[in-house]
Amino acid sequence: MTQLVLFNITNGLIIGAFYVLMALGLSLILNLSNVINFAHGGFLVLGGYVAYTITPYVGFWGALLIAPPLTACVGLVIERILIRPLYGRDPLYSLLLTFGLAFIFEDGTRFIWGAQGKPVTIPTVLAQSVSSEFFFITGYRLFMVAMVGIAVALLFVLLRYTRLGIRIRAGTLDLETVAALGINVRMLRSLNFAVGVFLAGLSGVLAAGQLGLEPTMGTGLLMPSFIAIIVGGVGSLTGTLVGGLLIGVASGVTAVFLPAASEAIMYVLMAAVLLIRPRGLLGEEGMMT
Amino acid sequence: MTAAQARSLAALAAIWVVLLLAPFWMLPLGGYTALGTRVLVLGLAAMSVNFLLGFTGVLSFGHAAYFGLGAYGAGLALKFLAPSTPFALLCGMLLAGIAGGLLGALIVRRRGVYFAMVTIAFGQVFYYIAFQWSSLTGGDDGLRGFSRQPLHLGLATIDILADATAFYYFVLLCFALAVGAMAFVLRSPFGRTMIAIRENERRARFLGIPVERHIWIAFTLSCFFMGLAGALYALVNNFADPRGLHYSQSGDFVMMAVMGGMRSFWGPLLGAAVFVVIQDYLSSITVNWMSFLGMLFVGVVLLFPRGLLGFIRH
Repeated sequence: MTQLVLFNITNGLIIGAFYVLMALGLSLILNLSNVINFAHGGFLVLGGYVAYTITPYVGFWGALLIAPPLTACVGLVIERILIRPLYGRDPLYSLLLTFGLAFIFEDGTRFIWGAQGKPVTIPTVLAQSVSSEFFFITGYRLFMVAMVGIAVALLFVLLRYTRLGIRIRAGTLDLETVAALGINVRMLRSLNFAVGVFLAGLSGVLAAGQLGLEPTMGTGLLMPSFIAIIVGGVGSLTGTLVGGLLIGVASGVTAVFLPAASEAIMYVLMAAVLLIRPRGLLGEEGMMT
Repeated sequence: MTAAQARSLAALAAIWVVLLLAPFWMLPLGGYTALGTRVLVLGLAAMSVNFLLGFTGVLSFGHAAYFGLGAYGAGLALKFLAPSTPFALLCGMLLAGIAGGLLGALIVRRRGVYFAMVTIAFGQVFYYIAFQWSSLTGGDDGLRGFSRQPLHLGLATIDILADATAFYYFVLLCFALAVGAMAFVLRSPFGRTMIAIRENERRARFLGIPVERHIWIAFTLSCFFMGLAGALYALVNNFADPRGLHYSQSGDFVMMAVMGGMRSFWGPLLGAAVFVVIQDYLSSITVNWMSFLGMLFVGVVLLFPRGLLGFIRH
């Protein structure tokens, strides 16, 4: 029993780490640009498939290095051409646009790579189990959690100590003042979008190694990321981090006792948070109300 | 009567004439009566979304949930409770409206994009319930095993099951009642207050208007209308589909409203007609219809953000 519970908590943490990576990207874009990026799942899938395509040439490690920046470049182009004209308009429009983009991404991946799922081979070093008693802790799972940890740490360093990060945080609080101080807000939004998409691409590569690839996988991961943001509180990246891990572990633990409700528990958590603390666990009052 | 009033009255008359004569002009144009019925039902759904989106200014992106609840409510009532069409419609409407009222109380505390996210996430709850509770809802296969029942009017019985034209007029009657109620609300002081909130929420608040309560009532009303549309849709297909509850369906409804013109009362109906015809056509000519639909979304947002009616008026 202990092992079963541990197994599911570990599972939950790993899934939660995914949600975190995905939700942090969404949250970055949402906070600065007020855009709900429905195409985020599409970018995740794109990252995964790009990794799948280049793995035969550059190996898994090369793909891990190359695929996320490539995805970010695609994101940069899309932001520049399609999303930039919509800043300053009702958020409804960017929502509908990225919604349409999500359709195009899903159908496009199906068109290029086929509707069949694709496996991604991971290095044998990572495929083995770390201990025989806790068979479920494979090297790859540890590696995934470590990668998410590193990515999150780097993101927080970027936001705290670099000029770009400080501007992003300032823009989140008051974009008008940031613009008045002579900072190129368009550039800031583009770079911020690229960082968000980079995170989506990275989650795509990591997810590919664990779950395999399917054109529809992005849609399935999108909703938990939304909930992570709502539970953690809009406007707070730390909140998103906490929210993602929380719903991951919660659904993992619920899977032990009531498997049918493992998905529903996320929504229950969200309803509870909205009832008791509408701004979210770590959300700022007055932010995006 | 001013010229503007006369024009809008003429437009209104034209709309009703077109709708009343639809079974006659659609067939020569290559349509079929059931297509007209679907447009009416989806148009009602898009107008219900627009009741919130266009007239209260809050972005609900989870309305498919209430549409689906209406459909399941009607289907379950027909299957398990009583073989009566009006009763089924009532059940669907009540289920959606009550669920909307309860959840709305939680949702209205947020605004803007946050409101949209919360409505999407809560909408998905019902999708999962319909998906998981297979013993009641049929799960992935949807709810089957019911059909719309003939209407008994005391003296006469109208067979809306076999006669597509009779069913069209029955749906048109329901549509007219719902749309009339919507127009009535919008013309009332309450409706004016909704528009005031849309135009300037802060000012409305300073005037002492309880903004949250108004949005909650508007949200609940729109869920009732949505439930009616969903219940009618279940009768159209004699089937309730869990995918009708999914947020991608909500996106379609919002798209219909935007494409038609969300600042106008009738815009969403036009949007629904265009959307249904395009979707029908695309899925019949290509397997990659999703891409084209996505491009339609992108194109409308970038090129016709005011919608077809807004575009014509400018």
